[in-house]
Amino acid sequence: MNSLFPTSADFIRFAPEIVLTVVGTLLMLLEPLTGDGKGEKPQLRWLAIAGLALAMAAAIFAYGDPGPAFNGMLLVDGFGTFFSVLVIGTGLLTVFCAQDYLIREKQENGEFYALLLFSIAGQCIMATANELIILFIGLEISSISSYILAGFLREDRRSNESALKYFLLGSFATGFLLYGVAWIYGLTGSTNLATIQATLAAGGVNPRLLALSAALMFVGFAFKVSAAPFQVWAPDVYQGAPSPVSAFLSAGPKAAAFAIFLRVFTTAFGSMADRWAPVFWGSALLTMIVGNFAALRQDNIKRMLAYSSIAHAGYVMVAVTSHSTVGTAAAMFYLASYAFVNVGAFAVVSYVAAKGEKHVGIGDFAGLAARQPLAALVMTIFFTSLIGVPLTAGFFGKFYIFKAALDAGMVWLTVLGLLNSAVAAYYYLRVIVVMYTHEPSVAVNELEPASSGLQFGWVAAAAATLALGIFPSALLEFASRAAILR
Amino acid sequence: MIPMPNLDVLGFLVLATFAVLCGLSVILQKHAVASALSLVGVMGSLAVLYLMLGAEFLAAVQMIVYAGAIMVLFVFVIMLLNSGSERPAKARYFAYLVGIPSLLAFLGVISFFILKELPNTSSVQFGAFTQGGPAPVGRLLFTQYLLPFEVTSLLVLIAIIGAMVLAKKEID
Repeated sequence: MNSLFPTSADFIRFAPEIVLTVVGTLLMLLEPLTGDGKGEKPQLRWLAIAGLALAMAAAIFAYGDPGPAFNGMLLVDGFGTFFSVLVIGTGLLTVFCAQDYLIREKQENGEFYALLLFSIAGQCIMATANELIILFIGLEISSISSYILAGFLREDRRSNESALKYFLLGSFATGFLLYGVAWIYGLTGSTNLATIQATLAAGGVNPRLLALSAALMFVGFAFKVSAAPFQVWAPDVYQGAPSPVSAFLSAGPKAAAFAIFLRVFTTAFGSMADRWAPVFWGSALLTMIVGNFAALRQDNIKRMLAYSSIAHAGYVMVAVTSHSTVGTAAAMFYLASYAFVNVGAFAVVSYVAAKGEKHVGIGDFAGLAARQPLAALVMTIFFTSLIGVPLTAGFFGKFYIFKAALDAGMVWLTVLGLLNSAVAAYYYLRVIVVMYTHEPSVAVNELEPASSGLQFGWVAAAAATLALGIFPSALLEFASRAAILR
Repeated sequence: MIPMPNLDVLGFLVLATFAVLCGLSVILQKHAVASALSLVGVMGSLAVLYLMLGAEFLAAVQMIVYAGAIMVLFVFVIMLLNSGSERPAKARYFAYLVGIPSLLAFLGVISFFILKELPNTSSVQFGAFTQGGPAPVGRLLFTQYLLPFEVTSLLVLIAIIGAMVLAKKEID
């Protein structure tokens, strides 16, 4: 038996989280010493970017020597590294896309960046967690920072509403998750996923109580990924939160939540897959339908994107339902492509919305192509990817997911999912049409030119979307190798 | 002849009933101070349950930290905010109509499963567990559960930052 005391290998495997926490704390400490008097704090912004880049390097370096850390609390493997790099990358993109917004609202300060980094640290813990206690703590670190970020505009009533709803409903869902964890511990005597898997595979555990605890944990996870029927919080939260925060919430925490969802239900509960699959089947279908049909009726673009993010969670649920290595790889690919697209789309929204986020109607996008050609062009790339047009990341994402579903024999779910994506095309195309063909009305605001940082964020997100759409094989091969969860 | 329940079950039933009643009282009381005092009752009965299960360290911590320090802070905050009785919110009928049946259904399902699968009521047994002192708990916290223990400090740090961000005064 190994020593119970941590070794250097343990610390290397935990290095990304250590870097993020240290840089986050530094951001808080340096906050009073920085600033140029105009509300801008570029030093802190660059420190946050450097910290995220360093954390990404640490995550990739840690993957050089994969294995468990801290007595099996964490498991650094391809799957965990994939999601760690993904959430850190989402964070980097968010920092670039948030700067114009933060300066405009006079909110660029150390707390924003520190909370962002802490939240990402929690998501990295979730990505590599292999034990229910640390998984829960990682989830709470990520969630509590997200609640605060959602309410970051203290003077704004919508932001307050968003944070309060997110907090109350999120805590409620966490209660379900914890109750499930307690039952699992009572049934198997362990919180380690590998031990639980072995105990359940050996049989002898009461099947009804096991189903009860799996159901309780499903409620907790489904809430975090906004899968139906636990999706009601998402539209209000995404609409009320500051746009860059909505961008981050719909990409980073969602990807990390899917990571733990996949890991728990394919490893610990893997032996009872034929029993949870029907529940997932129904939830996936309901999520797609609710998201797409509600999005059709929205005139507020943030609310529309919120419903669209519910619908996309439904597509990923299809991949989870297939319960295969192909399905897991498809979910990983989809979440990566979706993260870039969504951060980019919300970045354009936050730019068009202008001061105080007053211009968030779809009509405010009228004539954007003439006013700001770059913004309209990248928005078109993002929306075509969300529709799933070939040559964008979204096409291959959907293709792999439905291929995995067909391989698993879920013909009906595939057909209904494809019909859903046809419905979804309408509300995305509507925005593109408004941008390119409608004349801007008199009430449309003058847009200030975007800063170079924001433009870099747009172009980087659009380039990643196209790159994944034209050369998907490199990422997919990595995902396929990493998707074998043990 | 009625079978005599053993003392363990009797003790558990009394304390558990008291804890549940106090818990109900926390949410049903209209006045914030009364709710806070009911919460003390929940914490206290839980502490005694821990003690009977052999987790003496946890019981002491529960009394000192929760029933002592945190509840005092709660009551102070309630008094400082000078919050009086709660005003009934609108649309409460909807909450009653949907919430109470679903709560009852949820509790019903759980108790059904427990009663069906674990009919042996004597599974409550106090005194079998002896590893609840400070030394065994501390040893586990600093070896097996070192990482969760340390990472929790990050959670507390975030909570402090959050309180500051959401509640600070604007200095301009």
